[in-house]
Amino acid sequence: MLTIKAGSILLGRLDWHALQHGPVELIGIASMGLGLLAAVAALTYLKRWKWLWREWLTTVDHKKIGVMYIIVAALMGLRGVTDAIMMRAQQATSVGNAHGFLSSDQFQQVFSAHGTIMIFFLAMGLMFGLINLILPLQIGSRDVAFPFLNATSFWLFASGMALINLSLVLGEFSSAGWLAYPPLSELRYSPGVGIDYWLWSLQIAGVGSLLAGINFFATIIKMRRPGMSLMRMPMFAWSVLGTMSLVIFAFPILTATLTMLALDRLLGMHFFTSDFGGNPMMYVNLIWAWGHPEVYILILPAFGVFSEVVSTFSHKRLFGYKSMVIAIWAIVALSFLVWLHHFFTMGAGADVNAFFGVMTMVIAVPTGVKVFNWLFTMYRGRIKFSVPMLWFLGFVATFTVGGAAGVMMAVPPADFQLHNSLFLVAHFHTMIIGGVVFGYLAGLHYWFPKIFGFKLNERLGRYAFWCWLVGFLLAFIPLYILGIMGATRRLDHYDASMGWQGLFIVAAVGVAVIVAGIGFQALQLLVSIKDRHKNMDTTGDPWGGRSLEWSTSSPAPVYNFALLPEVTGRDAFWTMKHAKKTTEPLEYEAIDMPKNTPIAIIIAGLAFAVGFGFIWHIYWLAALGLLGIITAIIIRASDENTEYRISAAQVRAIEEGAAV
Amino acid sequence: MENNPNATEVYEESPGGSLAGYIAGFILSLVLTVVAYWLVLQHKNSGQPMFSHQFLVVTVVVLAITQLFVQLVFFLHLDRESKPRWNLLVASFAAIVVLILVLGSIWIMNNLNYNMQTPAQTDKAIIQDEGVHP
Amino acid sequence: MSEAVSTLKTVTVEPEESKSLFGFWIYIMTDCVLFASLFATYAVLHGNTYGGPGAKELFSLNFVLAETLILLTSSFVCGLAMLAARRGDKRQVLMLFGLTFVLGLAFLGLELTEFHHLYAEGNSWRRSGFLSAFFTLVGTHGAHITSGLIWMGVMMVRVRQNGLTPVSLRRLGLLSLFWHFLDIIWIFIFTIVYLMGAL
Repeated sequence: MLTIKAGSILLGRLDWHALQHGPVELIGIASMGLGLLAAVAALTYLKRWKWLWREWLTTVDHKKIGVMYIIVAALMGLRGVTDAIMMRAQQATSVGNAHGFLSSDQFQQVFSAHGTIMIFFLAMGLMFGLINLILPLQIGSRDVAFPFLNATSFWLFASGMALINLSLVLGEFSSAGWLAYPPLSELRYSPGVGIDYWLWSLQIAGVGSLLAGINFFATIIKMRRPGMSLMRMPMFAWSVLGTMSLVIFAFPILTATLTMLALDRLLGMHFFTSDFGGNPMMYVNLIWAWGHPEVYILILPAFGVFSEVVSTFSHKRLFGYKSMVIAIWAIVALSFLVWLHHFFTMGAGADVNAFFGVMTMVIAVPTGVKVFNWLFTMYRGRIKFSVPMLWFLGFVATFTVGGAAGVMMAVPPADFQLHNSLFLVAHFHTMIIGGVVFGYLAGLHYWFPKIFGFKLNERLGRYAFWCWLVGFLLAFIPLYILGIMGATRRLDHYDASMGWQGLFIVAAVGVAVIVAGIGFQALQLLVSIKDRHKNMDTTGDPWGGRSLEWSTSSPAPVYNFALLPEVTGRDAFWTMKHAKKTTEPLEYEAIDMPKNTPIAIIIAGLAFAVGFGFIWHIYWLAALGLLGIITAIIIRASDENTEYRISAAQVRAIEEGAAV
Repeated sequence: MENNPNATEVYEESPGGSLAGYIAGFILSLVLTVVAYWLVLQHKNSGQPMFSHQFLVVTVVVLAITQLFVQLVFFLHLDRESKPRWNLLVASFAAIVVLILVLGSIWIMNNLNYNMQTPAQTDKAIIQDEGVHP
Repeated sequence: MSEAVSTLKTVTVEPEESKSLFGFWIYIMTDCVLFASLFATYAVLHGNTYGGPGAKELFSLNFVLAETLILLTSSFVCGLAMLAARRGDKRQVLMLFGLTFVLGLAFLGLELTEFHHLYAEGNSWRRSGFLSAFFTLVGTHGAHITSGLIWMGVMMVRVRQNGLTPVSLRRLGLLSLFWHFLDIIWIFIFTIVYLMGAL
């Protein structure tokens, strides 16, 4: 049995070695430090600490929470892209006698961090960000079902982010990939803190996601405007409902599996060890039973965004509403029936592999239905090739090809050749970049005016799009080819005789072009802010939208709608816009809104302490953290004064002040 | 309902009547528990088991599922939810996911364990399952 | 009864209660999937005793029957407590939830005794995959029971101080839902771990 070095009671296994870092990490730490310093300096100089606390850190307003999700996602995306740059640079240069600039262990930490950050923090962050910002508005609601829970979800997400970022400074990160398969992730082979950072960061962020899933599911079911039956909802709202169903039923599997791995590591249990009756294959089984629904969780809201974007910019109602809804639920149901395709090669028999192979092919069908419906929406529409529309077209071109690659790998014998090759890597990046990222970038551009009150610069947006598209193709088409040529994933070095270097260099150029695209996006943001008075959205409806979020001002007031809209059909706002206008005087009523509270961020801080304690074996800290969380919950539950009233007069003042 | 569009109507039993419900649920659950327990005890302790191992496994599971429904109806009042029956729908979905996860994992892991065992273990399995020496 | 055919009457549940009940129900569903993951793992690992003792050798059916009957009774008593709550009978509520609490504590006590016994004989969670799965599945249920007891304690203090306010009534409803759910999970632990273990 393995004994762990206990260290001290006070500090667990934390000691000065945790601060020992190589040059690459030091650069990363320095950049993060500089960023943090700049933020602190700006806040101090502008005397905005109180404002930050009052307006953002203690908010329960879903619109502000959405903005914070996006900011965290973007920052983590920068880290993830930096990892990508390092990997491409390494693989383009580490050939034959040259060994690049990263050691094997560093490379492993880089690709592990890259995957973990991109999926859990960039993609999930953008997703929950957009949902927070827009979903309540789309269903005509003033808020989510459980505003305090919503804030807690965000801060738990941020807490997970903080832990992963801390791993760069104190200790190390995991070298076991974004899913940390045992036996490598067990104590025997990874005794350091890396796996534990990975584990607790995801456990905490995962609980946040689960709570958010419950919240938005309840919101859609219970808080729609009375006239808005489910079949009258916007397609984005339907996609969110489907996604939240997936979150609710998949994330508990992640929680359980991470817990079991933690128990192996902390209490010497034998779930997934390679001896004492453990079964590492069970981990792979469970983690993918979560992992497959997870990727559909990422893509479904992006599909929802496309439904909105295509309809708006084709000036045409979405084609095939009913079949779109059925397709969403087909995808949701099938998501739970395909997970084994992630480990065809682990050794299951032909019957098991065949079943999951067939189901995997079937799941491509409802996605195809959606793509056709979008194209049919465009047919005979009056199309405006706005930036969101460009993102959609880029998606159609890339996602269909990448999806076809997926169907190829759904055939087990083919997968035996392609599993864990760069072909696989190219496939899932096509899905995630071409689908998820393009979709959320389209959504951000489309809904930006609603959130901030002014439009983004179109020209720079177009440059960004083309850089992303061209860069993506340059970066990943070589990988499809390399995969078929036999290149496996996660290689930090290869022989010159393989003849792969040329393609790796092309891929590296591709990443550089993507980075240029990101540069254009940063520029776009700055220029748009500078030009905001020229591009103000004064009507609340800059694009000629069809759904309720466009019926309120931009930005929306804290209560979303001064007067709750009447819904009589699909495309509720379109109907409102084209109905006969009556000139009744507007009668405002008082509105009750939830109060801000510090408890959410406090709970997340305590969760951070729990994670930190378990990572470094500082058990008293973990125990105190848990106790603190229970106490905080009880304190919150005892609070009888959680709402405040906005009087009718105040509403009138806000509404009439906003009108130009 | 007109005033409060987001309210749902829920049927509530008047206090006297529902006591019967809880008592019925309690007694039924008691019986289902004790019967299952007794069957297994009988099988374990007696020299001559009355029922086969396979029969007992199935029976015991059936008794558990029956008790599940008893408690869902008598303690959780799932049958008396008013339309639209969201709780029932979500519970059904959960049940399906649970079945897929548990039965799917058993099927998959069984398969994997069989294919990934050592040659010695495979020989043993062949002798056990087919009665022939490999 | 001359008028009504049944003793049922409809009650309009206000949005707040409908929302929180629904949200809590969804949370219960997620807990079902959590337990399903642990059950699946137990099913896969229950034979992995690594040469050590298995379910047949280790579990005492009598002991487990006692635990089961205690928990079932506590679930029943909890139901009675909710009837009292809907009637507005504060004294009965405190007594019945108090009884539920005591029975829950007794269940926990028995379970911890069983755990201690196993541990003392060298059959701890470190011994084998089977025992890891057992302790975690049953222990997670026990942790949920513990949380329920803490919640129950807080609620009883609250009700004692402030009476049966609408908020307390709503939360007691959620607590009773949680408590019933834990007994349902126990049905399956009793069946799959202990009964099937003895077969």
